[in-house]
Amino acid sequence: MSSSAILPVGDGGVLGAVRAFLGSLWQKKLIDALLVPLELPSGDNVVPAIVSDPEKLKMANPLAPVMPLNSARQVSAITIASPSAERLGVVLRPCEMRALIELVKLKQASLENLLLIGIDCPGTYSISDYGRFVQKVKSPANDFLSKFQEGKEDPLLRKACQICEYPVPANTDLVIGLLGMDLNNSILLEAGTAAGERIIGELGLEKGGVRSREAAIAKMVSQRAERRERLFEQVRKDARGLEKLMAALATCINCHNCKTACPLCYCQECFFDSPVFKFEAEKYLGWAQRRGALRMPTDTLLFHLTRLNHMVISCVGCGLCTEACPNNIPVADIFRLVGDKVQKDFEYVPGRNLDDELPLTTFREEELHNIGI
Amino acid sequence: MAEEDQFEPVIVGFFCNWCTAAAADLAGTSRMQYPPNVRPIRVMCSGSVDPVYVLRALLGGADGVIIGGCPPGDCHYVSGNYRARRRMAILKTILATLGLEEERVWVRWISAAEGAKFSRTMNELTQAIKKLGPNPMKRDWSI
Ligand code: SF4
Ligand code: SF4
Ligand code: FES
Repeated sequence: MSSSAILPVGDGGVLGAVRAFLGSLWQKKLIDALLVPLELPSGDNVVPAIVSDPEKLKMANPLAPVMPLNSARQVSAITIASPSAERLGVVLRPCEMRALIELVKLKQASLENLLLIGIDCPGTYSISDYGRFVQKVKSPANDFLSKFQEGKEDPLLRKACQICEYPVPANTDLVIGLLGMDLNNSILLEAGTAAGERIIGELGLEKGGVRSREAAIAKMVSQRAERRERLFEQVRKDARGLEKLMAALATCINCHNCKTACPLCYCQECFFDSPVFKFEAEKYLGWAQRRGALRMPTDTLLFHLTRLNHMVISCVGCGLCTEACPNNIPVADIFRLVGDKVQKDFEYVPGRNLDDELPLTTFREEELHNIGI
Repeated sequence: MAEEDQFEPVIVGFFCNWCTAAAADLAGTSRMQYPPNVRPIRVMCSGSVDPVYVLRALLGGADGVIIGGCPPGDCHYVSGNYRARRRMAILKTILATLGLEEERVWVRWISAAEGAKFSRTMNELTQAIKKLGPNPMKRDWSI
């Protein structure tokens, strides 16, 4: 049904091929600007940036295995006040695209005038691991990909990535495909929408595909699903029950970094930062009196349970909450475990489809008869 | 005397103004008994109870929480109770997944005419919570 084309990989490696493809979007005047990760001059990080001069594509690196933040939030920042009037290309990893779908449903972003370009994601490192990795190798992107091509599981990958069953983007106009490709020779450009098909046509690319792709995707997904189940087992052992859960949260300092990093926690003012949570001295002392002591700041568990209630149904498992935690609390592991259960109950897969209604904005008359009699 | 008879649980009730709170009044005027353990809070609709309030009650030391709303189809605001049902289903699943005694949270549909159901439900709930024993969150200073 959908068409695809082969992009040749030359001396510049896969990264060169990707940059060349992105550049061709400008040459054919298919976009006016592009949101894409750029390498910072220091070399040890890449950050999303809006590129308006294609010259800057020299630094574009959507293959670098690092995701300092979830770009869905940047798309939201750009489009929330008004949709882009110019044609803006956006390069996203699968979990970024899934988060973006959720944000659109939550009315926090607009896809109008965007050209969505997804890219296969073998996984990412933490920012600090990436910084060390680039010190050691000449071409971080190509080096990372050759590890991946060998099929070995990369132990440096973040835990969230090791259990991520969505290595291939969905719902984008175009997909830059790496899985199942012989990366020494070629990568794939796949159309996901009619707009994507048109672009493949306008770029004058020869249509073609590969047979090996589907099997490669299936293999990766099943390995990761297996690992995910093992992790869930571990979390149930380590964090179930009040005592163990509080042990898991023992080092939480209530900084709310996890909430800030989360692409789905979009509220302008979080309930927990609102005046509702400012109390008089006598309140605090009264609570302390009732229990003999009172942990400060208060409401550690309440914060995490409330965040679960408000957004776990949309959690895309990007793991950035864990990354943001100064004290290594496995926030994302807990969110994935709980999210898996809650999402399955409502047959909801965050980011799967723009048309699936958010479970908390709708209801069925005949359902949940066990809740309330 | 069994221990559960001595323990007097604190139960917070979020009762919809249009139904369950009226049923409570009816139970009262009809001299139907219900345990003083239940501390009622009148809300305008079961759909206005964000899970954070239920959690705040539980973590603040309530031994049980009940949300009382209009029977399905009869919400004064059309669909508040259906929405509440989803929210509370999610809340209970989260608590259950984390091993946090979701059975301390009850949802019941009690219309304004059902004074007897109100009084029966409050008795059942109080018994059930007595069986469960005190909420361990009540004593934990570090949550
Ligand atoms: S809760 Fe954590 S894993 Fe889930 S979407 Fe937010 S940051 Fe990502
Ligand atoms: S980032 Fe870590 S320490 Fe900060 S609130 Fe979240 S879990 Fe607690
Ligand atoms: S008005 Fe009673 S539940 Fe909505």
